[in-house]
Amino acid sequence: MHILACVKQTPKSDNVKIDPATGCLIRSGVESAMNPFDEYALEEAVCLKEQLGGFVSVMTMGPAAAENVLRDSIARGADKAYQLGDMAFAGSDTWATSYALSKGAEKINAEMKIDLIICGKQTNDSDTGHIGPQISAWLGWPNAAFVRRIVEAGEKSITVERLTEDGTEVLELPYPCVISVVKEISNPRVRSVKGRMAAKRAEVTKWTADDIGADKNKLGVKNCPTRVVKSFAPKRDGNAVVVQGANGKEKAAKLVELLKENKYI
Amino acid sequence: MDYAINEMEQETLNATRELAQKKLKPLRAEMDAKEQFSKEMYEEFRKSGMFGLWLPEKYGGLGGGITCLAMAFEELSRVCAGLALTPGTSALGAIPMFLAATPQQRERWCYDLASGKKLWAFALTEPEAGSDATALKTTAIKDGDYYVVNGTKHFISTGKEADFYTVIVNTNPSRGPRGISMLVVEKGTEGFTFGKKEEKMGIRTNPTYELIFDNVRVPKENLLGSEGRGLLYVQETLDYSRPGVAAQAVGIAQGALDETIPYLRTRKQFGQPIITFQALAHKVAELAAKTEAGRALVYTLTHKMDQEFLPAVKAAMENNTTVHDELKKIKGGRWTKYSAMAKLFCANTAMEVADECVTLCGGVAYMRDFPLEKYMRDAKITQIYEGTVHIQKNEIIAALIKEYAAKGE
Repeated sequence: MHILACVKQTPKSDNVKIDPATGCLIRSGVESAMNPFDEYALEEAVCLKEQLGGFVSVMTMGPAAAENVLRDSIARGADKAYQLGDMAFAGSDTWATSYALSKGAEKINAEMKIDLIICGKQTNDSDTGHIGPQISAWLGWPNAAFVRRIVEAGEKSITVERLTEDGTEVLELPYPCVISVVKEISNPRVRSVKGRMAAKRAEVTKWTADDIGADKNKLGVKNCPTRVVKSFAPKRDGNAVVVQGANGKEKAAKLVELLKENKYI
Repeated sequence: MDYAINEMEQETLNATRELAQKKLKPLRAEMDAKEQFSKEMYEEFRKSGMFGLWLPEKYGGLGGGITCLAMAFEELSRVCAGLALTPGTSALGAIPMFLAATPQQRERWCYDLASGKKLWAFALTEPEAGSDATALKTTAIKDGDYYVVNGTKHFISTGKEADFYTVIVNTNPSRGPRGISMLVVEKGTEGFTFGKKEEKMGIRTNPTYELIFDNVRVPKENLLGSEGRGLLYVQETLDYSRPGVAAQAVGIAQGALDETIPYLRTRKQFGQPIITFQALAHKVAELAAKTEAGRALVYTLTHKMDQEFLPAVKAAMENNTTVHDELKKIKGGRWTKYSAMAKLFCANTAMEVADECVTLCGGVAYMRDFPLEKYMRDAKITQIYEGTVHIQKNEIIAALIKEYAAKGE
C-alpha cells in the first residue's frame, strides 16, 4: 500500500499574534513545527504501513525551511519526502495550494501508484479544513473528512468512520482516495533512534511549479479566488442575549425573530 | 555529563529522554499505584524502537550494542524504573539466547524480539536457588525430540506478559551444576502455567510471577547452546546485563536529584531557600558527585564491552556462528569483575541518593503525591536483582584473588 501524507510546517504555538496592519500571522521569531493534526495523519499512515506493509511518502509545500517538517516526518516513520517550493506558490490560498498539492500527488502517483492520501483535518495556523477535500476534488478521487477511525483497510477499498455534526458515518471508499483525520485517529509516537538518524541522511526531492506541470495562472497570491480582508482576535464584549420562553418551540420562534431583526437572516 | 561517543548513542539519549518525559512521566504514578503492567507503554516502547537498540540491523534492530541499551535503561529509569523494565527485562531474557543461539535460532526469534512484537523474560531464580544458582531443581529430561520440564521458578520479572522465557534447567541432575542448560519455553505450551503474582516494595508496575512447569514438553530445537553449559552462558549474560542494572541505578539516582534540587531551591525556611544551608548543599553535592562517578564507570565499561561485542556480533552474522563463539575468538577473558564493580557501586549509590533525597526534602517527600518515595522503593531492587550487592563483592574478590595468584603475589 502506498500512502501519501500531506504535512505543513506551522508556528509551534497556537497563540500566535496577528499583525493588525496586514491581517496576517506574525510568523517571524516563532518556532515552527509540524501542524499537530498532521502528526496524527502521519502516525496513522505509518501504523497502516506497519500493519499491512507498504510505503509512506510525505509531501509539503513551503519555503526552504519547510524541509525540516519533512525530515521530522522521516524520523516518525515516513519513507520518502517531497517538497514543493517555488516563488510562484507564495501567498496561495487553499484553492491554489490544493491545486499545487494535487499536481505534486499526480507526479508522485506516476512514480509509484498512490492508494491513499492522508491529511490532518486542518492546520493550526489557518484552520480552514479545506485542503484534504480540495485535493480530492482536483484529483477526482473520493474523499472523507473528519475521519476518526479506520474500520478496515482492504485490498481494494478502505472503510472509515467519520465524525459529523450529529454523530458518525461509516463510509467505504475505493482506492485511490483522500481522507483527512481528527486527532482521535492515532497516538503519535516519539521519534525512534533509527528514525532520527534516517532523518538526517534522507534526501528530500524538491520540485518547482514547472517540475509538477502546474499552471501558473492557478498559483500564487495574484491568482487566488479568496482574499483575506481582515484577521483579528475577537473581542469579548459580553453582549450575549439569552432567549427566554416557555418551551423550545417558543424560544425558537423568538430566536428567529431576533435574527431577522438584526438582519442576520 | 553525556558519555556518548557516536551519533547513534547521542540519538539514543535524545529519543529516550523525549519518550520518558512525554510518555512515561504521565503514567508512572498511576501504574505504580495500580501495580499493573502498562500495555499502552509497551506499545509506545515498541513504536519507538526500544526493543531493538542492541540488536543487529538485519533483524530490524539499531545495531547499538550494550552502550545504547544501558543509556536507554538509564534515561527511562530516571523517570520510572518500573515501566523501564518492559524493554529492560526483555533484553535480559534475550541476551542469553542471543549469545548462545545458532544462526537458525536467531532467525526464528530475533525479528520479533527486535520489533518488540514478542517479549522475553529470564527465569533463573527458584525458591531454593537464588544467589546459589547451582542449587536449582527445575529439570528437563530428554524424551525423543523433546525435553520434559518440571519444576518451579519464582520472582520472574515481566512474568505472564512475556511470550518467551529463557529458563535455566538441569538436563542431567546426576552431574549437578554441570548438568545445567538453557531452554526457551514459549507461553502457552501445555503444562506451563503462572502461579502467584508477587506484591512488591518497588518496581510495582512490572509483574513478578511464579512460573510452574508440569511435564512441559519443549522441542529440542529450543535448547540454547549445548547441554551442561548453562551456567557458563548465565555468567556471560550477567557480565553484559549487570552494567544495565548499574545504568538503571544511575538513572534512579539522577531522577531523585532531578526531583530534589528544584524543591530545595524553592522551599524556604528561616527566610531563605533551604539549599543555601551548607549542611544540605554539601550533601547534595556529594550525592551528585557519586552519581556522576557511577555513570562514568558504567559507560567506560560498556564502551569497552562494545569494542568486543559489536565485532563479535558482526562476525557471527557473517560466519554463521554463535556470538558466544565469536566472543571467545576475540577475547578469552571475562567482564565479571568490572560488571560487578559497576553494579555494586551504582546500586549502593542509588539507594543512598534516594534515601538522602527523601530526608533532604523532608515530610513532603514521604508523601505519595511527591515522586521521591517511589524512587527510594525502586532503588532497592538494584541492590538485589541480578545478584545482590554481596554477591557482587564475591565476584570482585574472586577475580582479584585470581589475578594476584596468577602473578604469584
